[in-house]
Amino acid sequence: MTTPDNVRRALVAALACFAIGTHAEERFITVASTTSTEQSGLFGYLLPIFEKLTGIQVRVLALGTGQALDLARRGDADVVFVHDKPAEEKFLAEGYSTKRQDVMYNDFILVGPKSDPAKAAGRDILEGFRRIEAAQAPFVSRGDKSGTNAAELRYWKMAGIDIDAKRGSWYRDTGSGMGPALNTASAMNAYILSDRGTWLNFKNRGDLGIVVEGDSRLFNQYGVMLVNPVRYPQVKQADGQKFVDWLVSPGGQQAIAGYKVGGEQLFFPNAK
Amino acid sequence: MQDVAASLALGAQLVAAGDARLLAIIALSLEVSVTATLFSCFLGMPIGSVLSVGRFAGRRTLIVLFNGFMGLPPVVVGLIVYLLLSRAGPLGRFGLLFTPTAMVIAQTVLVTPIIAALTRQVIEGEWREHREQLRSLGASRLRAGRTLLWNARFSLTTTALAGFGRAIAEVGTVMIVGGNIDGVTRVMTTTIALETSKGDLPLALALGAILIAIVLAINAAAYAFKQWAERRWG
Repeated sequence: MTTPDNVRRALVAALACFAIGTHAEERFITVASTTSTEQSGLFGYLLPIFEKLTGIQVRVLALGTGQALDLARRGDADVVFVHDKPAEEKFLAEGYSTKRQDVMYNDFILVGPKSDPAKAAGRDILEGFRRIEAAQAPFVSRGDKSGTNAAELRYWKMAGIDIDAKRGSWYRDTGSGMGPALNTASAMNAYILSDRGTWLNFKNRGDLGIVVEGDSRLFNQYGVMLVNPVRYPQVKQADGQKFVDWLVSPGGQQAIAGYKVGGEQLFFPNAK
Repeated sequence: MQDVAASLALGAQLVAAGDARLLAIIALSLEVSVTATLFSCFLGMPIGSVLSVGRFAGRRTLIVLFNGFMGLPPVVVGLIVYLLLSRAGPLGRFGLLFTPTAMVIAQTVLVTPIIAALTRQVIEGEWREHREQLRSLGASRLRAGRTLLWNARFSLTTTALAGFGRAIAEVGTVMIVGGNIDGVTRVMTTTIALETSKGDLPLALALGAILIAIVLAINAAAYAFKQWAERRWG
């Protein structure tokens, strides 16, 4: 009877090969960001420019803003690049970063059925929200503590609607990312608040179209922060700082302005 | 059904075009899941064998545990491995989070109970059949366990394939511990999830078809090898 030793040896050899193969040293930083920056295609355009310039690879985790900040709170990212200013300021106040800088903005849009059953169309986002609530028209919420979710909750509040008290079967809290929530809205022919970038890149639109846009309150600011290396010594301070500095430098700002989908500029640089 | 047909055509096109990024994603999927399955066999098969021939306190409890853990929820495994590998966690200083190694670890946790539980079942059958014979040869239980594993090696390929199937198909753990980073930890299942979230359902479905085709091809190859090896050495 043959012993299984030769089999075992082959297994060990195979595993050793794998271990060696994956341990190649690379210079990289980890950036926790949002689905809107990744899924709008901005990073696919921006990062190769930065990598070519510096030789630093940027590994992007595309999450909701709340999740991105929580991940950075555990020290699992070197840089956060998100869009929910109140949440970012809380992150700063807690000492997880020492500086927050504006990078760029785009805007939110209210998306809904082209037939607009709630008559929400116009340039006033708060009036649009009030009409949706009055008509009890289906509305899909991200419900995931993302920047877009936080903005949506602010608009309900500003519109004078206590959404926790008023939510009924018309208000669908999906707990999902922008894309999945848009898929849900598309399937239910519901209203939904979206960032423009994700919407422009979204393919499964069904009967949905833009209902409200252009309200100054729909302004959506993105900020960048280096995770505090004092809290987590493993944070790649020098390379992370290089990325932050580049984003707000004239070169980085120009690159952001240069990203277009179908001829339309998606993000507007506004670093100070 | 028209959608499905169009997606299958798109899938065939993608493969025919041999897109380098797609091939890299497929290669990483296979590398991660094959490695995790090998680790799991290495751990799970001896465990399964000990559980079937061994006689020790707590054996029944362990059997129930391993059977139950065949149904471990991937997201929970992902979360636990994430907390362990996080920079704030106990293994943080190794910098394994968001690497293929982290994905291998998570999938190994997921698959090992499956291999152990299924191996136990196979070896228990063998043990009932050959018990007297092995005893008369004076084999210790440990020795008997090893011998039975070797005897059952052809049946155990199916066990390994069941584990591999679980590994290559799951998305919950690799999404959490890998982070779905483009070019680093993006595998087939996380790509499909991503394309679905972008609303590109035809592309997502096409990638799904490719994944299923790969799994089928591997199973066919394993079956053919098993048949050939049984004739040759069985």
